[in-house]
Formats: sequence, structure tokens, C-alpha cells
Amino acid sequence: MTKAKPKLRFSRKLLAIPYALFLAIFVVAPLVIIVYYAFTNGDTGEFTVDNFVNFFSGTGGQSFFESSRFKTIVQSFFISVMSTVLCLAIAYPVAYIIATCKVKNKAGLLLLFIVPMWVNFVLRINALKELLDWIGIYNKSDEWNIFNTVLGMVYDFLPFMILPVYTTISKIDKSYLEAARDLGAGGASAFLKITLPLSKPGIMSGVSMVFLPSMTNYVISNYMTFNHTKIIGAFIDECFKNDLWNLGSVTALLLLTLMFLITWLTGGFDAQSETNARGTSLW
Amino acid sequence: MSNVKTNEQEQSHIIELVNVCKEFDGVSIIENINFYVRKGEFITFLGPSGCGKTTTLRMIAGFDTPTSGQILLNGKDISDLPPNKRPVNTVFQKYALFPHLNIFENVAFGLKLKRVEKRYIDKKGNERIKYEKLSKAVIAEKVRKALEIVDLVGFEKRSISTLSGGQQQRIAIARAIVNEPEILLLDEPLGALDLKMRKEMQLELKAMHKRLGITFIYVTHDQEEALTMSDTIVVMADGAIQQIGTPEMIYNEPKNTFVADFIGESNIFSGVMSKDYLVRFCGKAFPCLDSGFEKDEPVDIVVRPEDVIITAPENGMLSGKVTSVIFKGIHYQILVQCGRYEIEIQSTTTPKVGEQVGLSVQPDGIHVMKKKFRVNKFSGVITKRNTVEFGDGEFDCDVTQLYPGSHLDEEGYLITAKGEKLDLTDTEVNVEVGLHDITMSDNPHDGGAQGHIISLIYKSEYYRYIVRTENEEDYVLACEDLWNENDFVSLIIPKDKIRLTLKNPEESK
Repeated sequence: MTKAKPKLRFSRKLLAIPYALFLAIFVVAPLVIIVYYAFTNGDTGEFTVDNFVNFFSGTGGQSFFESSRFKTIVQSFFISVMSTVLCLAIAYPVAYIIATCKVKNKAGLLLLFIVPMWVNFVLRINALKELLDWIGIYNKSDEWNIFNTVLGMVYDFLPFMILPVYTTISKIDKSYLEAARDLGAGGASAFLKITLPLSKPGIMSGVSMVFLPSMTNYVISNYMTFNHTKIIGAFIDECFKNDLWNLGSVTALLLLTLMFLITWLTGGFDAQSETNARGTSLW
Repeated sequence: MSNVKTNEQEQSHIIELVNVCKEFDGVSIIENINFYVRKGEFITFLGPSGCGKTTTLRMIAGFDTPTSGQILLNGKDISDLPPNKRPVNTVFQKYALFPHLNIFENVAFGLKLKRVEKRYIDKKGNERIKYEKLSKAVIAEKVRKALEIVDLVGFEKRSISTLSGGQQQRIAIARAIVNEPEILLLDEPLGALDLKMRKEMQLELKAMHKRLGITFIYVTHDQEEALTMSDTIVVMADGAIQQIGTPEMIYNEPKNTFVADFIGESNIFSGVMSKDYLVRFCGKAFPCLDSGFEKDEPVDIVVRPEDVIITAPENGMLSGKVTSVIFKGIHYQILVQCGRYEIEIQSTTTPKVGEQVGLSVQPDGIHVMKKKFRVNKFSGVITKRNTVEFGDGEFDCDVTQLYPGSHLDEEGYLITAKGEKLDLTDTEVNVEVGLHDITMSDNPHDGGAQGHIISLIYKSEYYRYIVRTENEEDYVLACEDLWNENDFVSLIIPKDKIRLTLKNPEESK
């Protein structure tokens, strides 16, 4: 009697295994742990929603809206929005000019904006800090602290905005612009009616790559403000350092939900807009 | 010179191109073209890809500006006007419909940008002009009418990506005609459609042209499309106009071998015009309708396959053996070998392969054309080694022909008949090489110059090739072997076949 030997076949699906393992260990498992801590009592380990209630109730006799926690959230939001807006305002013209100029070596031009990323970011932020100190606006007041934080965020995240915007703009079929010009649009209105809407997917991906990190990257805010300006990332860090795992998990989970909502509302999950921008759906 | 034109001319010539040239990065794409378009006509630029037809269209649309020359619209120069200021709309090759807008918004795009001049009296009683947007109702009405013309009413809310190729095509047309342009430009608009759809759209476009009454300028490489639709055809090749005429003229009276070969099937022969109304080719003399050539002038002769009549072997002007019969639907395509010449015939009669037949051609079936290429002419320079540089290459040559009775000494100096010693280095010369004196080789080191074959035309006993070198020097040559277009070849010219004459005979003395 012969036993059929099971054949070991290599299929392309097997290549996905390392990534699946990585996802499971470093993304799914931590998420599960966060969800677990967010919904359990720190002492007894029982299921509870008290952690959420605690998050939104004030501390030390103050209401939630008077608490430093609320201030952190608002401040964090303000810094994120400002950083994102400034990044976009700087990155869009740069990306547009590189994508539309007649220079042959566009990769070289882009490199000018990417090379700074090769220097360790803590080092860069430190350098910026020294520069601000030299000018005399480092840790001068709360307002300057917020300004400096935004400056640090913009400085650090600018390439993440330039790259996706550049990619979408350079993929826009030139014939769309010609068609718009042909139909009577001047240079400016052709840009507003064609280039800008068609570069939306790039803007969206740039925004999500800047907005979320600038909400949580407390290394920058700590360095730029001598630990004076606190953002949500720093708050979460504090919670875990002080053994407040449940509160930290709740904050992290709330932030995650918020990001999901923003991405969803701005059409970030809309695969259609992506293909349209590339003009591939025409055929 | 006066620039005043008669009213009649201004009205009839809606677009006129005067001495227009276009270069891209120093490479000439359009070489001095001149033509006009009559108001309301359907004119087609026809030519192989790379002939400059799309560039010409783009210059009329305003996307490219001519390097030199003028584009006149109703008599006014518009060469420097941007596309949005021209009363011209384009249907693009790949439609270029805006993917982020729905069909209504696509069609209404031009209308929303339009400003209508409105005169009014202000409070102080002065007459003023203001520019108003079209109202929403007017736009909606115009869009509806345009969609009606292209038969797509009810599609307003749909997105572009839900449409088939043919429907996108129609929307592209609607988007252009809704602006009521004076001229509609169409850049190979049917290229992406399948054959059946293309035939339908051809007829529809023709009908649309009649209904709208505006001028259509159409670009295509499809000769059948051009013949079907156009009032006038402009045949282009190599950045130059080869012939302008009605479809009948272009087909029946091709001006040169290129046109004859490009439009329809044809037998092209080399022959000699013995005298008026008599032409010799295929070793026989044929009566024809052409006159006005020099005596014994070499000419090209075109005979359309349908003009060749098959007769009994003893009755034909030529006789030959049938080598192939292919059924083509409405007729048979028959190949007959008459000695060295292979002749194509379209006929409804079916001789058998191997059968001996006679062939005859009526005088009106013979089209005689002046030979465009009789000899290759170049300017050249003699080098130190007594070779000659011309046409992007260097060839061995016999420099003694420059001075009758001269010879070369051991050091390479030329000794004239009078005993003068001459150094010929850098002497400028005219070079002539016959069509049959150049041979091709696929080994790049065999010949003195290298280039790609850019054109070949079958001439019944040989192929006529044009080989273009890297620096745009053209060699015309005849060869019996079949090479492919775009083949990279080197050109061999025997020493004794290069004819040299001095460019400046006085100077060198």
C-alpha cells in the first residue's frame, strides 16, 4: 500500500504570510489589548464603560471643559489643523511647480525635499530648537510654544504632503487641461476647475499623513516647547507611564475612532476617486 | 503688397495657413505649409502617423504656436491667440472627458465659462457693456439640445466611467458643438472604436456636419474614412502637403507616388514619356491622356487594380501568368506576373492560378506623374583622406573626376592635367548618387552612412526606399529585396557611382 505524499506546493499566497503575521502581532494584538483595557476595570478586570465616563468627567472638582485634559485636546487639534493647512499651503505650489515644469530631472528636484528626511528627525528637531533659541523665540510664552510646535510639525511632515500631491498632479492627463482651455477656460480657471479637483486624492492622502502624526508626535512638541505644550500623544504617553492603562487605552481608542471618522467623511475610503485621478477608469 | 482682401474671399476662407513651419527642439515637424479651408466644408488631413497632421490641427486649436508663418481666421492672424480665445472647439483623440464631472457638467463646461456681451444704459445715461454669465435655464436648454444631436438625452446625471467608448465619443462631440464653434476640430475621433461602430459614426458625423453647417476639420490616417466623409482631403507626409483635392481627384489623379500608394491599392511603375499621349512602361508603349512632359522624361505611372482588364492572352497589351487569386467579398484580388513585373488586378472574373492571361489598360486608367526622386543630391566636403563627407556619412570616392585628366600622387595630393599640385581637404562639392547605385546592408559597418527605412513603395519591379539618417538626411534608393519599415541599415555606394562636381569652381583655382 502506498501512501499519497502530500505535495508541498508553493503558491503566491504564501508570500502574504510574513505580512499577515506582522499585522497580527503588531497591529491586531495591540488593538485587542487596547480595546480590552478600555472596557475593563483596572482593579477587578470586569467589563465596564466607566473608563469612558471618567474620561469625559472632570478632575479635581472641575468640569470636563475646564480640565487640562480638554485644553490638551483643543490645543492638539489646533496644532494639527494649523500644521496640516500650512503643509498643504507650502507643499501644493511646490508639488505643482515640480510636476508641471519642463525640467527633465524631476526626481532630482524632488530629492531636494526628501533628502532632509535622511537625517534623524530628533536631530533635525534639536537643530531647529537651537535655531529658535538663537533667534530668541524658544519657550518664550505659551503662544510662541504653539507656534514653534506647528513650525516643527510642518518642518518634519512637509515631504509627506509633497510626495502624494506631486504624484497625483503629475498623473493628470494633459489633455484634460487642453480640453478645458479649448472650451474657453483661462489658465486660472482651468487650474481651479480641472487640476485642483483632480488632485484631491493626493491632497487627501497628504492630509491624513500629516494630520494624525501631528496629533500624536509629542517628541516634536516636547522638544520644541521644553515640555510645556502638551498634545494628545503626550497625554497618552503620560497615562501609560503613570500606570493609568485604562485611561490611556480609552484616549487611544477615541483618537482612532476620530481618525476613522475624518477619513471616512473626506472620502478617503473611496477607491473610485483614486482611479479617476489617474484617468484609468476612462477605459 | 496689400493685405486687403475682397469680402468674398474673407467669407469663403474661414481658416488660412500661410507659410506655416513648426519645429520641436530644432527638429522640423511642419515644413512651410499653405492651404485654406472654405467656410462650411468638411476637410480632412490624411497621412501616416508622424506626418504632422495632428500638429497642424493643434496649431489651429491653439495648443501649439507655429515657429514661423501665419494662421488666419476670417482674414485675421490668430497665431498667438490662446486656445480659450479662439472660436474653435476640439474633439480629442481620447475624448479627454473630465472624470470628476458628470455628463451634464462635462457638456456644460464651456457654457458656464461663456460671458455674453450685454449693452445697457446706466443711471447717468451712458451706454455701457457688461459681460453676463448664461443663465442656468439657457445652459440646461443648450445642453439638452446638444445631447439630442448626439442621441444621448437622459444621460445627464451619469458619470463618465459608466459610458461605453462610443457613448464617450458622442459626449465629446456634444461638449464641443454645444459652444457653437465656427470650426470643429476632430483629432482621429474614431480611432478607438471597433470597425462597425466606426462606420456608423462616420455616417453620423457626416450627417451632423450637414445639419450644423459649421466647418469640420478632421484628422485621420484611415484613407477610407477620409474618402467617405470629406469634401476636401489634404494628403500630408513628412510635414509637407502632398496633394489637396476632392476625394475623387485624390483617388483618380494622385499627384505623386506617395499619394497613389497611400490612397487605395495601386500598381506603380517607372516609365518613360516617349511623346505626348504615349508612355512606355513594362516594356510596352501605352496610349494615355497626359501631355506636356519633356521627350523621354522618366515618369512614375499609377494604374489602379480595378482599371486593369483581363483579356484573352492574344488580345492583351501585356500577357502574363496568374500567380494568386484571393476572394475579397465584392471582387477578387488577382496577381499576374508579366515578366519582371507583378501586377495587381481587382476583377469579378476568376482566372485560375497558373493560367496565361492578357492584360490591357484603357488610356484613362493610366495616370502619369512627374518623378519626384530621380537622383540623390547632397552637399559634401572632401576630407584629408580624399574621401567625401555628405548626408551624415563618409564615403570613398574618386576625387580625380573634379579635374579632368588629373591624378593623385603618392602623398594624396591631386595633380591636375596642367601639373598643378592641389590639396583638396575641405573642398566643398556637390554630390549626386543615382537611385539604383545605393545598396543596403544590415551590418552597420559595411556602409558609409546609417539610417532607418522610413518609407517603402512597391513599384512592380523593385521597391523604392527612403532611408533617413540620425541627422535627418534622406537617401532614396531602389532595391529588389524587401526590407521592413524602421529597419536600421547602412548604405553602401560604390566608389565609381559617386558623382562629384565642385561647388565653387572659381574659388578653388
